[in-house]
Amino acid sequence: MSLAKPDSQALSKTQKFGVAIGIIGLFIMILAFFNVDFPNKTLFLSLSLGMITVGTIIFSNNAYLTKQAGIQNDGVWFKSIASRGFWGWILGIVLTLFYIVLYFKAEWLGLAAKGEANSGLVALFDPLSQLLNGGPASQWFVYGTLYTVAILVFGYKFMLKYRKNRYEQLRTVSVMFFQLAFAFLIPEFMARLNSETFSLPYYDLKNIWPLNYYNFDKYRVDSMIEAGDIGLAFLIFGIVSIFVITPILTYKYGKRWYCSWVCGCGGLAETAGDPFRHLSDKTQVAWKIERWVVHSVVVFVTLMTTAVIYSYLGNDSSKYWLTKDVFLLSVAGLLTIVFALVMIFKRKELAKDAQYGAIGYFVIIMVLIGMHYFSGTKDVFLVKSYTLQSSYGFLIGAIFSGVIGVGFYPIFGNRVWCRFGCPMAAVLGFQQRLFSKFRITTNGGQCISCGNCSTYCEMGIDVRAYAQKGENIVRSSCVGCGICAAVCPRGVLKLENDSIKGRINSNDILLGNDVDLMDLVNQR
Amino acid sequence: MEHIVIIGNGISGVTAARHIRKLSNHKITIISAETEHFYSRTALMYIYMGHMKYEHTKPYEDWFWKKNRIDLKFGFIKNIETKSSTLYFEDGDTLQYDKLIISTGSKSNKFGWKGQDLEGVLGLYSKQDVDLLETLAPNKEVCKHAVIVGGGLIGVELAEMLHTRKIPVTFLVREDHFWDNILPVGDASMISRHILSHGIDLRLKSNLKEIHSDENGRANAVVVEETGEVIKCNLVGLTPGVSPNIEMVKRTNIETDQGVLINRFLETNIENVYAIGDCAQQREPIGHRKAVEAVWYTGRMMGETVAQTICGNRMKYNPGHWFNSAKFFDIEYQTYGWVFPEPNEGNEHFHWKHEDDTKCITIEYESATNQFLGINTFGIRMKHEVFDQWLTEKRSAEYVMEHLKEANFDPEFYKTFESEILESYSERFRMA
Ligand SMILES: Cc1cc2nc3c(=O)[nH]c(=O)nc-3n(C[C@H](O)[C@H](O)[C@H](O)COP(=O)(O)OP(=O)(O)OC[C@H]3O[C@@H](n4cnc5c(N)ncnc54)[C@H](O)[C@@H]3O)c2cc1C
Ligand code: SF4
Ligand code: SF4
Repeated sequence: MSLAKPDSQALSKTQKFGVAIGIIGLFIMILAFFNVDFPNKTLFLSLSLGMITVGTIIFSNNAYLTKQAGIQNDGVWFKSIASRGFWGWILGIVLTLFYIVLYFKAEWLGLAAKGEANSGLVALFDPLSQLLNGGPASQWFVYGTLYTVAILVFGYKFMLKYRKNRYEQLRTVSVMFFQLAFAFLIPEFMARLNSETFSLPYYDLKNIWPLNYYNFDKYRVDSMIEAGDIGLAFLIFGIVSIFVITPILTYKYGKRWYCSWVCGCGGLAETAGDPFRHLSDKTQVAWKIERWVVHSVVVFVTLMTTAVIYSYLGNDSSKYWLTKDVFLLSVAGLLTIVFALVMIFKRKELAKDAQYGAIGYFVIIMVLIGMHYFSGTKDVFLVKSYTLQSSYGFLIGAIFSGVIGVGFYPIFGNRVWCRFGCPMAAVLGFQQRLFSKFRITTNGGQCISCGNCSTYCEMGIDVRAYAQKGENIVRSSCVGCGICAAVCPRGVLKLENDSIKGRINSNDILLGNDVDLMDLVNQR
Repeated sequence: MEHIVIIGNGISGVTAARHIRKLSNHKITIISAETEHFYSRTALMYIYMGHMKYEHTKPYEDWFWKKNRIDLKFGFIKNIETKSSTLYFEDGDTLQYDKLIISTGSKSNKFGWKGQDLEGVLGLYSKQDVDLLETLAPNKEVCKHAVIVGGGLIGVELAEMLHTRKIPVTFLVREDHFWDNILPVGDASMISRHILSHGIDLRLKSNLKEIHSDENGRANAVVVEETGEVIKCNLVGLTPGVSPNIEMVKRTNIETDQGVLINRFLETNIENVYAIGDCAQQREPIGHRKAVEAVWYTGRMMGETVAQTICGNRMKYNPGHWFNSAKFFDIEYQTYGWVFPEPNEGNEHFHWKHEDDTKCITIEYESATNQFLGINTFGIRMKHEVFDQWLTEKRSAEYVMEHLKEANFDPEFYKTFESEILESYSERFRMA
C-alpha cells in the first residue's frame, strides 16, 4: 500500500471552487428541506439549480479541458468516492435515504395534503411547476427536475471526458435530449392540456412496457380511451412500441438503441453514474445471480401485467371482443409462438440457457391456466391483482430501481438496476442475444489481456475473457455503451451492426499463429 | 499421465498449460516466484496510474486453476538437474518432472552504469517493481523529479505513469527521435513531439553517464554523457530494454546464448525440456523476426504451439505475419507486416500525417512490384484480419490504399481519413 496519498486524486483550486459552488446550490435545497421559507422562490430555485449547473461546468472544464483528449481514468481507484471509500459510502447512504423519503415519506419533503399549500423542498419547486404544467409541484416533479438536471450537467461532464470519442458524445446528446424533451417537458405540457372533460395520464412516451409496468392499468387505459383519438393513439403506441418498434430497432442496432441512447435510467447511469462504472462485479457468480434475478423479474412482470389486465376485462364477448378468456389465450399463444420459434431456430446457440427458458415458459403457462380456473372477477388466485402490482411496484419499481438502483451507485456500480432488475433490459437482451445484428468485434490477435475493458464495463461483462480468445462479444446484458472499446489501449474492440452469420465465433487459437495450427484447433 | 512442469506463470507458460489441459489429462504444475496467480504484465502501468487494481489484471478468476486441475506452486527454482529430471527450489524443496517448459521471461537490462544498483534506481518489469515504485514515488512531494533512461516502450510507459502523479520527468533517449531504431523518422518524430506536448522533458541524443548518490546511498542525480549536465532527481528509471531471465538455466547443461537456445519445435538441446516466450532464443531467426522475441503475442503463440508437441502432435513454431501494438500516451500504435526505420533495400516508404499531428501512417512496399509489405498506423485503429489477408494475398500498395476503408476499426461515427490518405498517395505518383 502506498505510504502517502497519490497526488492524482487531489482536486485543483479551480475544481474545488466548482465543487463549492455546486454545494452551495445544493445547500439552498437542504435549507428548503428544513423548511427555510425563501422569500422569492423563483429566485432561489434558479439560484440553486443554476449554481449546481455552473459548479459542475467549472469542475468539468478544469478537469478535462486542461488535459489532452485521451482516456481520463487516472487515479480512479485512489479516489475515495469512486472506490467504495469513506466518501463513496457517505454518498451512497445519502442517496439511499433520499430515495426512501421520496418513495415512502414524501410529506417530509414538504408535499402538502390535498387542498393545502406545499412547504419545504417541494414548495421551492412550485414556481417551475406552475410555469410548466400550471399546477403546484409534487415530490415527483421535484424528482423529475433534479433527475433531468443531473443528466444534463453530468452529460456535459461526460461529453468532455470522452471528447475524443464521437460515439460517446452522440449517444450522450441523445439521452440528454430524450430526458429533457420526452421524460420531462412533454409530459408536463401534456398535463396542461388536461381539463374537466379531457385528461391523459402522465405519459413519458419513451418509457416502454415492461419498464413502465403500470402502462396498461385500468385507470390509464380508461383515461386514454376516454381521451378520444389522441388517447387511443397513445394506447396503440404503447402496444406497438413493445411489439413492433422495439424488435425492429433491436434487430438492427442491438439493445443499445434503447439502453444507452434513449432510456432515462440508462441516461442517469451513463452520466451521473459514469464515475462508478468500474464498481460492477465481474465474477462469474455475479453473472449467475444476474441471470436468475433479472429473468425472474420478467416472469413476475409478465404475470402481473396479465393479471391486472385480466382482472378488469369482462366475460361477455357480446359486449367487447377482448374477454378474460380471449386475453389469456392470446398471451399464452404469443408466448408459445416465441418459445417455439426460439427452440426451432436458436436451440444450438442457447445450449444450457434453453433449459432455463423452458422453465420460465412452463411457469408462466401453468400460472395462466391457474388464473383461468382459480380466479374470481377481481382477484387472481384469491389475491387482488392490484395487490400483486403494488408489491411489484414496491419491490421492483421503488426498492430495486430507485433505492438500490441509484442509491447504491457508489457501492455496486451504476447499472445495478439495469443489470439485475430491469425487465425491459432482459427482454431486449434476450432478443439481442438471438436476433440482432449487433456485436462487439475483436481485432484478431491484438488483445494483451490488460483488463481495462472488463474493469470499465458497467454491466459486469468480462469483456477480456472474449477478447483474449478473439471471440466476438454477443451478450444479452451488453448495453452498447462503447466504453470497453474506448478504454482499450490496443484498439481491440469495435461495436458493430453486421450480418447475423458468423456473429458468434469461438476461437481457441488466435490470428497470428501458424495457419495450419489455427485450422487444426479451431475447426475441431 | 505425465507430469508437465512449467517454470514461469506469464502469458507463455499459462497459455501452454491451458492448451495442454484442453488436449490431455497430464498433471500440470506451474511454478512462479513473482505472484501467486497469473496477471497481465502489460497492465502493470495501469495499477500505478489508478486505472485498475492488481486483481483486475488477472485474466482468470482464482478458482480457474483448481477447476482446470492446474497446480500452482509459489517458489523460486534455483537449479535444474536434467539427468534426474529434478527441479531444486531455493527453499530446499524438489520436484520431479516428465516434461519441462522453461518460460522464465525477461529481466530489465542494466549496462554496468556507475550507480545502477543504488536505492531509488529501478527497472519496470515485475509486480515487485511497481510496488517499489509506489513507495519511492507516491507523489510529487516525495519524488520531486524523476529521470528515465532508455527510450523504448517500457520507458514511455514509465514516463506516462509518473506524469499521472504530476512528477516532473526527464527522459534520456539515445536516438535522434524517440524509438527511431524501430520507427521511420516521420512516425518517430511525431511521437517525440507528442511526448513533449505532455510536458515530458524529452532529451534526444542523450546517454546516461552515471548516477550519483547522497550520503545515505540513495540516488540523487544523473550525469548526461554528451553534455556532462547533472540532473537532480529522486528516482531513476532504467528502461533500456529487456533480456532473457535465464541466470538459473545457465548453471545447467541446457544450452543457452542470450536466451535458452531452441529449435523450431521449441525444443532445447535436452530431451523433454522446452523453452518458450521471452526467455527463448531461436537458433535460426524466423524471417525478419528477432531470435529473441520479447512480446506478449509471440509468447502466447509459442505456448499454443508447444502444447501440441507435448501432447503428441509435434509441431513447428511457425508464426504468421508479424503484428504488434503499443500506446504512446494518447496515441495508439498498431503494426502489421514489416516497416523498417529505413526502407529495406529495394523498398520504399509512403508516409501520411494528419495536420493535428496525432495521426499518421507509414507503409513499406517493394519499389519494383509495388507489393505491400507492411503498415504502421498511429491514431487510427485498423483490422488485423484484413491486413493479414492482404499480406498473404501479396496485394499491391495501391490496392491497399484504395481499400483502406475495409481495414478501418475505429469506433462508429469517427471521422475517417481514407480518402485523404489515398489522395496523398496518388499525389506522390503524379509528381514522380
Ligand atoms: C511494463 C511492460 C509492458 C509491456 N507491454 C507490452 C505490450 O504492450 N505488448 C506486448 O506485446 N508486450 C508487452 N510487454 C512484454 C510482455 O509483457 C512480455 O513479452 C511477456 O509478458 C513475456 O511473457 P513470458 O511468459 O515469456 O514471461 P513473463 O511474463 O516474464 O513470466 C515469467 C515468470 O517466470 C518467473 N520466473 C523466472 N525465473 C524463475 C525461477 N527461476 N523460478 C520461478 N519463477 C521464475 C518470473 O518471476 C515471471 O513471473 C510488456 C512488458 C512490460 C514489462
Ligand atoms: S461490453 Fe462494452 S459496450 Fe457492452 S456494456 Fe460492457 S462496456 Fe458497454
Ligand atoms: S480487449 Fe483491450 S482492454 Fe480488453 S483486455 Fe484486451 S487489450 Fe485490454
